[in-house]
Amino acid sequence: MRAYAICVYLFLYTPIAIIAVFSFNAGRHASQLQGFSMQWYGRALKNPFVMEALETSLIVALISATLASILGTLAAVGLQGIRGPARAIFDAIIYVAVMIPGIVIGIATLIALVTVFGVLNPWLAAIWPEGATPPALSMGMGSLIAAHTMFTMALVIIIVRARLGTLEQALGEASADLYATPFGTFRQVTLPLIAPAVLAGFLLSFTFSFDDFIIAFFVAGSETTLPIYVFSSIRRGVTPEINAIGTMVMLASLILLIAAQLILRRGDRK
Amino acid sequence: MTQRERNWLLVAPAGAWFLVMLVLPLSVVFIFSFGERGAAGGYVPAFTFEQYANLPARLTAFKNTMILAPLGTLAAMLIAYPLAYQLAVRTDPKWKNILLVLVIVPFWTSILIRSYAWIFLLGGRGIPALLGTFGIEGVRLIYTPFAVLIGIVYGYLPLMVFPIYVALDRLDNRLLEASSDLGARPLATFFKVTLPLSIPGVATGCMLVFILLMGEFLIPALLGGGKVFFVGNALVDLFLQSRNWAFGSAVAFTLIVIMLVTVTIYMRLIARLQTGRDDVSVM
Repeated sequence: MRAYAICVYLFLYTPIAIIAVFSFNAGRHASQLQGFSMQWYGRALKNPFVMEALETSLIVALISATLASILGTLAAVGLQGIRGPARAIFDAIIYVAVMIPGIVIGIATLIALVTVFGVLNPWLAAIWPEGATPPALSMGMGSLIAAHTMFTMALVIIIVRARLGTLEQALGEASADLYATPFGTFRQVTLPLIAPAVLAGFLLSFTFSFDDFIIAFFVAGSETTLPIYVFSSIRRGVTPEINAIGTMVMLASLILLIAAQLILRRGDRK
Repeated sequence: MTQRERNWLLVAPAGAWFLVMLVLPLSVVFIFSFGERGAAGGYVPAFTFEQYANLPARLTAFKNTMILAPLGTLAAMLIAYPLAYQLAVRTDPKWKNILLVLVIVPFWTSILIRSYAWIFLLGGRGIPALLGTFGIEGVRLIYTPFAVLIGIVYGYLPLMVFPIYVALDRLDNRLLEASSDLGARPLATFFKVTLPLSIPGVATGCMLVFILLMGEFLIPALLGGGKVFFVGNALVDLFLQSRNWAFGSAVAFTLIVIMLVTVTIYMRLIARLQTGRDDVSVM
């Protein structure tokens, strides 16, 4: 049995390890080791396309994770006090958001937004003052942030709600009895207690947005995120540069995940 | 402001966001699926079932998905169960958490890069070359259904282990002791006590993996090389290459319906299995 478990761990980690090993390959060929070199890291970090894609990915992940954490936390707190059909509908929407395949979310967002923009743009042009160029709404960073925020907000709501469920109602009541305003109770009692869950939600949202390929593939317009860049590079052929990018991306995700774990764990202990 | 109004105010931004970015888009897909393709692609309003009648044109994609998704789920389950069992039942509690985290971590790192690893391993200079040195020549792995299956199992194994682990971890050890005190052999205890009690975990894992597999695009795109394609790949083709939005919407909507129906039937079956077991335990 123990040998079996070791085999499964090998199965899980060997491919990742091989990517990392070959990222230090001196040779051009991706599958023959020809000595140690850091050159592919240097090339990746100097490649303007990679850096631009990285910047886009970071901006999108940062903004959508921030929005999702704030709006998701507010919604999770508000939902505590909502019952009846409205609550059932909201729960169903959250369920649909995490269940529907990413590819369907991407496609649906693409055709809906393109259609809406098609209606709005002539209208914007009509009401815009003479002489000035009217703005043209199009798919791009905005639509990508909006789509990522939608999905990750559902994640944050689920995580924060699980934490809220474990809190004692008596705490909030005690705070109110001691004449704290509702906002005061939220800021001084609820928020510190759910903070670890919010932070963990933020980190998971960030990781999701940063790693997402399929939604971005449809809704990013002419913008290129890092996963889109990597996907099109793989299509053109396997190079150690992809290994170098992949190793750096996985290392970054790993650090964020460990941080999320530690934060959640510390929150439990309090 | 009353408590009630305050709650609504808190929920409103998220609600509006879901409305615009989820409910509206899904409704658009539904409406477009009854439309027609424009001369230059895109969509022309209409009310016709033509797109649905046309679905058999993409039958291969549906067939591949409906064969490889359940097969991949089954394979992942068979591999995950013994590992989850080892972790939950046979591992020192000191190590449990860290070992479990080690299983889950890959799931939260880029699936794109993890699938890329298998292009590397299964490609001509990877495992086939290794087999060649042992005298086994001409093995072709990449761009086969087998490659897609490996990619699937590799990608989704962590998601399968977790719920099974949780179910097994909750298992009351006294039940196992009672079973052995009553003279059951370890194997009998496993099949009569442990396995039935872990069914909910197995069911959750299978459902999660199956749902994600139904919409899979990346793994078949990278490891199937255009020969083994899923509905997801057909959708990318329909929306980004041939720009046939009406037909694409019909395919997407059909996918959602198949998914919902399969999951509902599956949940019913599991629920029935559960109540059946409860009856036995009452006796």
